[in-house]
Amino acid sequence: MVLQAITFYLLAATTLVAGLAVITARNPVHSVLFLITAFFSAAGLFVLLGAEFLAMILVVVYVGAVAVLFLFVVMMLDVDFAALRQGFARYLPIGALVAGVLIVEMISVAATIARRGAASASTGPQVQPAGVTNAGAIGAVLYTDYIYYFQAAGLVLLVAMIGAIVLTLKHRVGIKRQDIAAQVARTPAAGLRLVSIKPGEGTET
Amino acid sequence: MTIGLTHYLTVAAILFTIGVFGIFVNRKNVIVILMSVELILLAVNINLVAFSVFLHDVTGQIYALFVLTVAAAEAAVGLAILVTFFRNRGDIAVDDASVMRG
Repeated sequence: MVLQAITFYLLAATTLVAGLAVITARNPVHSVLFLITAFFSAAGLFVLLGAEFLAMILVVVYVGAVAVLFLFVVMMLDVDFAALRQGFARYLPIGALVAGVLIVEMISVAATIARRGAASASTGPQVQPAGVTNAGAIGAVLYTDYIYYFQAAGLVLLVAMIGAIVLTLKHRVGIKRQDIAAQVARTPAAGLRLVSIKPGEGTET
Repeated sequence: MTIGLTHYLTVAAILFTIGVFGIFVNRKNVIVILMSVELILLAVNINLVAFSVFLHDVTGQIYALFVLTVAAAEAAVGLAILVTFFRNRGDIAVDDASVMRG
């Protein structure tokens, strides 16, 4: 139990410190790396909760795809990031005020709901029965009760993929491309020319 | 001492607040704003998974899976818009993005 508590505080502290570093780092590349750290330790929290499948999905999707995408864009864009930090000090007081109010509200709501709300009757974290894995439990519900939502999620990803391609595709002019229609429509009459060459002379073209 | 639901909810609340705070202080840098949105969605996911585990109902984890899907789609489209914006203007300062104002 003590080991679990130590692990929880370690992972939670890492997540929060990395999250704070994401928004305060001067270099956006460092921001992305701290984002990866935050997601990794959040995945650790998920493992601690017993949601191993989501923890692995978090690592694969976020660290493997989203963070790399961010890193790609940050390195591709040649932007003066120092200029973008102007106004950091200007918005700091009002931001801190809003954040303070928000955090007090959310923590009081969380404490109340854990003691007197829907979860008050909870007997502690769920323990998976022997023979049932977390991924198995998710699959048994996801592919039966939530199959249409699952298909809709796939559709969302398809639309996002097409949208991203359409947004970033750029047709440059003055580049030679293969014209397949012209190649297929070519006939021997149009592509072949018989020339009789006189002795001692070359062809014109 | 035992780690209960309140602990996880508190971590998620602080992470959510960090995300909101990040949007406030980095008003010009749209890349950091997108990363703040990712932090906010991560906080929501922690909440969903914590409730799912403590209420003994796996539906919360399925919802978290869908939130993850939408977050990934949002990141891809957001960054694509950002790349297009940078190509057109040569800069990513979002407070200059008012050319469509009437």
